[in-house]
Amino acid sequence: MLRFAPHLAVLVLSAPILCGLLATLLPAFGYFPVLGGTEFSLDAFRMLLSQPGILRSSLVSLATGLVTTAVSLALVLGFFAAWSDTRFFARIQHLVSPLLSIPHAAAAFGFAFMIMPSGWLMRLVSPGLTGITRPPDVLILNDPFGLAMMAGLIVKEIPFLFLMTLAAMPQVRAVANQRVATALGYGRMAGFLLVLGPPLYRQIRLAVFAVIAYAGSVVDVALILGPTHPAPLAVRLVGWMNDPDLTRRFMASAGAMLQLAISASALVLWLGLERLTAGMGNAMALSGRRRLEDRALRYLTGAAMTVSAGLVLAGLVVLGIWSVAGYWGFPDALPAGWTLKTWQRSLTAMGGPLLNTVTLGLFATLGAVAIALACLERETRMDRGATGRALAILYLPLIVPQPAFLFGLQMLFLALGVSGSYGSVVLVHIVFVLPYVFLSLSDPWRAFDRRFSHCAASLGAGRDRIFWHIRLPMLLRAVLAAAAIGFAVSIGQYLPTLLIGAGRWPTITTEAVSLASGGDRRVIGVYAFLQMGLPFAGFLIATLVPVLLYRNRRGMRV
Amino acid sequence: MNGGEGRTAEGRGVLRLEKVRIALGSRLLVALDAAIGPGEVLTLMGPSGSGKSSLLAFIAGFLDPVFAASGSVTLGGTDLLSLPPERRNIGLLFQDALLFPHMSVGGNLAFALRRERARDAATRQRLVEAALVEAGLSGMAERDPATLSGGQQSRVALMRVLLAEPGALLLDEPFSRLDAELRQQIREFVFMEARKRQLPVLMVTHDPSDAEAAGGRVVELGA
Repeated sequence: MLRFAPHLAVLVLSAPILCGLLATLLPAFGYFPVLGGTEFSLDAFRMLLSQPGILRSSLVSLATGLVTTAVSLALVLGFFAAWSDTRFFARIQHLVSPLLSIPHAAAAFGFAFMIMPSGWLMRLVSPGLTGITRPPDVLILNDPFGLAMMAGLIVKEIPFLFLMTLAAMPQVRAVANQRVATALGYGRMAGFLLVLGPPLYRQIRLAVFAVIAYAGSVVDVALILGPTHPAPLAVRLVGWMNDPDLTRRFMASAGAMLQLAISASALVLWLGLERLTAGMGNAMALSGRRRLEDRALRYLTGAAMTVSAGLVLAGLVVLGIWSVAGYWGFPDALPAGWTLKTWQRSLTAMGGPLLNTVTLGLFATLGAVAIALACLERETRMDRGATGRALAILYLPLIVPQPAFLFGLQMLFLALGVSGSYGSVVLVHIVFVLPYVFLSLSDPWRAFDRRFSHCAASLGAGRDRIFWHIRLPMLLRAVLAAAAIGFAVSIGQYLPTLLIGAGRWPTITTEAVSLASGGDRRVIGVYAFLQMGLPFAGFLIATLVPVLLYRNRRGMRV
Repeated sequence: MNGGEGRTAEGRGVLRLEKVRIALGSRLLVALDAAIGPGEVLTLMGPSGSGKSSLLAFIAGFLDPVFAASGSVTLGGTDLLSLPPERRNIGLLFQDALLFPHMSVGGNLAFALRRERARDAATRQRLVEAALVEAGLSGMAERDPATLSGGQQSRVALMRVLLAEPGALLLDEPFSRLDAELRQQIREFVFMEARKRQLPVLMVTHDPSDAEAAGGRVVELGA
């Protein structure tokens, strides 16, 4: 059975994407018999290109992918160069790490509640510094260039790139190499970036590609923070896809192909940017300039990182406050009264979505953890490490833009008669959960001291017994941590839940995003607060279970 | 799981290595012919990197595939190399005790105790307690292994190996982590138990005093 584990993983990760892409491609060219399209044509593309503002929507998507990635990557690498191995770095790390598990929609709402004209930032300085007593009439959220959306994505992608870089640090022998550069007289940042920059970047490159694809095709964050007339491409696509007029799905499919082309173009442009940066870095390294004066830049990166993490965290606090706020007039920093009414009112309505969120998350996590464990155990027994190809397949669901294959997948499920079934939603959640579970579990799994397994085998224990009684319990902490990450990823899924579930399995996340246009901050506060509360509960359980289970085992503590 | 079929490497027999060759790339690390009788100790000495530990890994069935190995290894006439590691019946002791940290001391011993010896919980518990008494650790079954002293951990590790009723013992620098006094004490304990059970013992070490205490033949491996 275990023999087929890697095949199953490849199937789960690639089949929905390849089938989905194909099933998007056909209707894009007019062929989809279930909807009455029996002939190939370019009508869908013609219709797409005649939509008002389609060029602008496309350009915003392209720019969002590139700008978000460039800024967040520059900040993360700059921060590592300036501060790694310091106490300040450790403090920021503790601040940033938990942010990864917060669903994008919740972080975007929190960010919006901070920066909007009547947001907390403005309240903090008003009327004291600004003298204003009424929210200024400026367009900060939903600005036509997508700047608020990019900023919101940047502060949310920073934790992801931060943790990926952190995981890559041991593999580039960071401390030793940095010392060599320092001993040669290089400034802290220059030494780090010139010596460790290239190998570090190589390690996190796929993650960077994932950010480009994600930011350029995101729907939920764009609905909350992005421009509206016209909206970014992905948002408009989903609108067409959900249009009661089913023939619009042909245009939506053509649009999904356009989205794919935009993400591909962003990647190609990024590859060019890579070359340019590598060339400049090379020239700088060859010039021998030491660049010792980096103090200003160091403080700048430190400040930017603090502000970025602080904005997300403060946003979450404000969400919490809104959910229990009574009357809260404008420039007041805190509400005049507190009430649980919003919670009471919302709780009755959200029983179903809450149940859906938790059970979908549990099933998807269970499935993903089982597949990941089976693959890793198979790898251990075969005495083989991972290949680059395997890693690329792992990143496939994160690099192909979601609309490009989810549309086709939805129509495929429709044609198969399983559209909107619970199982199909679990399956598509697994597609997105598995990469994260695998990535977080594989390092501790491979670092396991094999002498324990050898000991057990020489005592007569077979391979199954070693797995269940030695490896699994000794790695329980890592397995549960990976499961908690998987659970958090599942909770954050917006587009897959909406499209594949055909709206029949509303979750806290889909409900929260649909509240965005209504603008009732108190209800949004409740939903967004729950969105981050659930992953937090998952991490709490993942931390407490091993502590309780092994409370009398000193050797099992970290 | 550990059913009768295939588990043949038992009984008190000779551990015989014939034309054993282990190479890493083009470099020959080990070339050895030896027969170790019941209760006998053969000591392999050599600097680190000389392939001592890969020889033990080869015999026990854990040799990293980057090494190329050939030759035959038999225990009491049974070919070991055709058996999976868990059926070779070879007791392994490392320089670390490697007690399973998530189990109690008694749990570690019960993990090793064969089902053929005792199936019901009460008998198993009694045998575990008897092993602890033999190691001078009576009443410590419920203890967390991480709270034992280094010497106590070594003794538990040895009792764990012996409860699995091995047909031979492989010692991989098992005393090098212990301080001088403890070292002598544990060494005596190990060799005494091995002699009592008439086990062939293959020990690798770089400490001449280990070889002296073992009292058997010594083979030097080149670097």
